[in-house]
Amino acid sequence: MKVLVPIKRVVDYNVKVRVKADNTGVDLANVKMAMNPFCEIAVEEAVRLKEKGVVTEIIAVTVGSKAAQEQLRTAMALGADRSILIETEEDAQPLAIAKALKAIVEKEQPQLVILGKQAIDGDNSQTGQMLAALTGMAQGTFASEVVVEGDKVKVTREVDGGFQTVELKLPAVVTTDLRLNEPRYASLPNIMKAKKKPLDTVSGADLGVDFAPRTKTLKVEAPAARSAGIKVASVEELVSKLKNEAKVI
Amino acid sequence: MGILVYAEHDNSTIKGATLNVVTAAAKIGGDITVLVAGKGCGAAAEAAAKIAGVSKVLVADNDAYGHQLAENVADLVAELGKGYSHILIPATTTGKNFAPRVAALLDAEQISEIITVESADTFKRPIYAGNAIATVQSSDSVKVITVRATGFDAAAAEGGSASVEAVDVAKDAGVSSFVSEELAKSDRPELTAAKVVISGGRGMQNGDNFEMLYKVADKLGAAVGASRAAVDAGFVPNDMQVGQTGKIVAPQLYIAIGISGAIQHLAGMKDSKVIVAINKDEEAPIFQVADYGLVADLFDAVPELEKQI
Ligand SMILES: Cc1cc2nc3c(=O)[nH]c(=O)nc-3n(C[C@H](O)[C@H](O)[C@H](O)COP(=O)(O)OP(=O)(O)OC[C@H]3O[C@@H](n4cnc5c(N)ncnc54)[C@H](O)[C@@H]3O)c2cc1C
Ligand SMILES: Nc1ncnc2c1ncn2[C@@H]1O[C@H](COP(=O)(O)O)[C@@H](O)[C@H]1O
Repeated sequence: MKVLVPIKRVVDYNVKVRVKADNTGVDLANVKMAMNPFCEIAVEEAVRLKEKGVVTEIIAVTVGSKAAQEQLRTAMALGADRSILIETEEDAQPLAIAKALKAIVEKEQPQLVILGKQAIDGDNSQTGQMLAALTGMAQGTFASEVVVEGDKVKVTREVDGGFQTVELKLPAVVTTDLRLNEPRYASLPNIMKAKKKPLDTVSGADLGVDFAPRTKTLKVEAPAARSAGIKVASVEELVSKLKNEAKVI
Repeated sequence: MGILVYAEHDNSTIKGATLNVVTAAAKIGGDITVLVAGKGCGAAAEAAAKIAGVSKVLVADNDAYGHQLAENVADLVAELGKGYSHILIPATTTGKNFAPRVAALLDAEQISEIITVESADTFKRPIYAGNAIATVQSSDSVKVITVRATGFDAAAAEGGSASVEAVDVAKDAGVSSFVSEELAKSDRPELTAAKVVISGGRGMQNGDNFEMLYKVADKLGAAVGASRAAVDAGFVPNDMQVGQTGKIVAPQLYIAIGISGAIQHLAGMKDSKVIVAINKDEEAPIFQVADYGLVADLFDAVPELEKQI
């Protein structure tokens, strides 16, 4: 079966972003970009399913600018067979992204779509669920285990109280949580091979999707800074401060 | 128009996060209707009717909603939600699971994890692991919003007397089914509701050493949390993870033990009132947000702490 893996180009997770002085957004100039970590987990899961013989083809797809080709190449170096760039310069929101992905789902007819549970830039955690709704597919979000059995998939999900396991009819949408797997690194030969794998570009407009955000960002500010605290010399001093100064115990 | 609040519950009681969402709804202004969807959830509906500020409770009691399957619940909420100006859902794993489905079904852009209400269409929400706060304005006719509980006080659980109305809408999408669940049982308070949280990180070295934290927790009536590193290493279960991609907590007192203070961890706890860090590395970034920092070996400091409190 075919698997579609939507991925996102985001600021590298090690970067502490700064808000722009004019409060219009965060400063992305000269900042290291990478594949969203949850998307790496999604690619890895697809590759493992292919290694198990469950999956025959992995297609990586992203909605973004030309620069996002870099992350598609990474996905192919990690094991995706081909990829699709849905090109737009707009700061597309999850609903529009899900609509664009729906068009690809209709064309490619994957049995499984594996996304990250959350993009670490916007922290939205929406796209997979929206795609599932728009295509009428079942969903297994925040997955820590995915087992394909015939025309069904069993997904164990990380929930607030522990774990929940659900069974979904294929085709289905899965979103990855941290414990699903530990992504591999791309080897140099695979990075070279990925350069020759097919990367198609379609313009977002051709899919008939309006990417202009309907939610307006009025301003972006730095969070309130915490005032600097103090170092205490001993447990005794700590307990005394907590009792008498902070009055929290 | 009015506001539809989705109640999180276990069929008999209302989960705390619901009360914070009711406060967010009150800030928006308008009649507040609470939807209780579940199986055998009459008691939860009765409890919802007592929440201060709620004018009506809708109960959808049906097998299809028993395990809060996203496909079924989203269809229900999207259908009922059409008549409201806002649909507010707790940003718990249950809420985050189905809310975007509701939004997509209503062709609305969801606004995730708001922390303030500026006006009926304008909200603040953290982005980039809380390193930036965006003020966003929605133009959708039905606004689908998830609410971060730590941003709002809890509404009073008692004092209201809302009417309770059954809704006879059974939505079974027929594409998913519940298999099993494994829920951690604990006598300690819930992480997101506790007044005191004590969390351990990779510095704890193994799961057995968390016993030290449980002892302190039991003396303080605290909940116990963890960093991702401690969860990934298998010291403790995943539902204890605090952070950008785990639970968001804002207790009166947060004690970080053997946690370095990565941005992803800080995202989940830096709104705590008082932060204490115990770490043997005086350069650890956690000290930049700690009100009281103790540079010490945790294996000396934690047993000592337990003795002195
Ligand atoms: C996509 C993504 C999502 C993530 N989400 C989260 C999240 O939600 N929550 C989260 O916590 N992390 C998250 N992380 C991981 C985060 O980046 C850090 O790796 C993690 O928080 C580190 O955990 P730690 O502080 O326990 O471990 P470390 O960074 O290894 O720190 C251990 C600390 O213990 C101290 N120590 C060791 N021994 C002792 C001792 N004997 N006495 C005293 N101190 C000692 C050390 O000095 C050190 O500071 C995420 C990462 C990614 C990429
Ligand atoms: N622009 C995009 N292109 C392709 N996939 C995306 C895009 N944005 C988000 N996704 C997918 O949706 C997941 C969740 O993102 P979000 O809903 O933005 O938190 C990501 O991990 C990706 O798998």
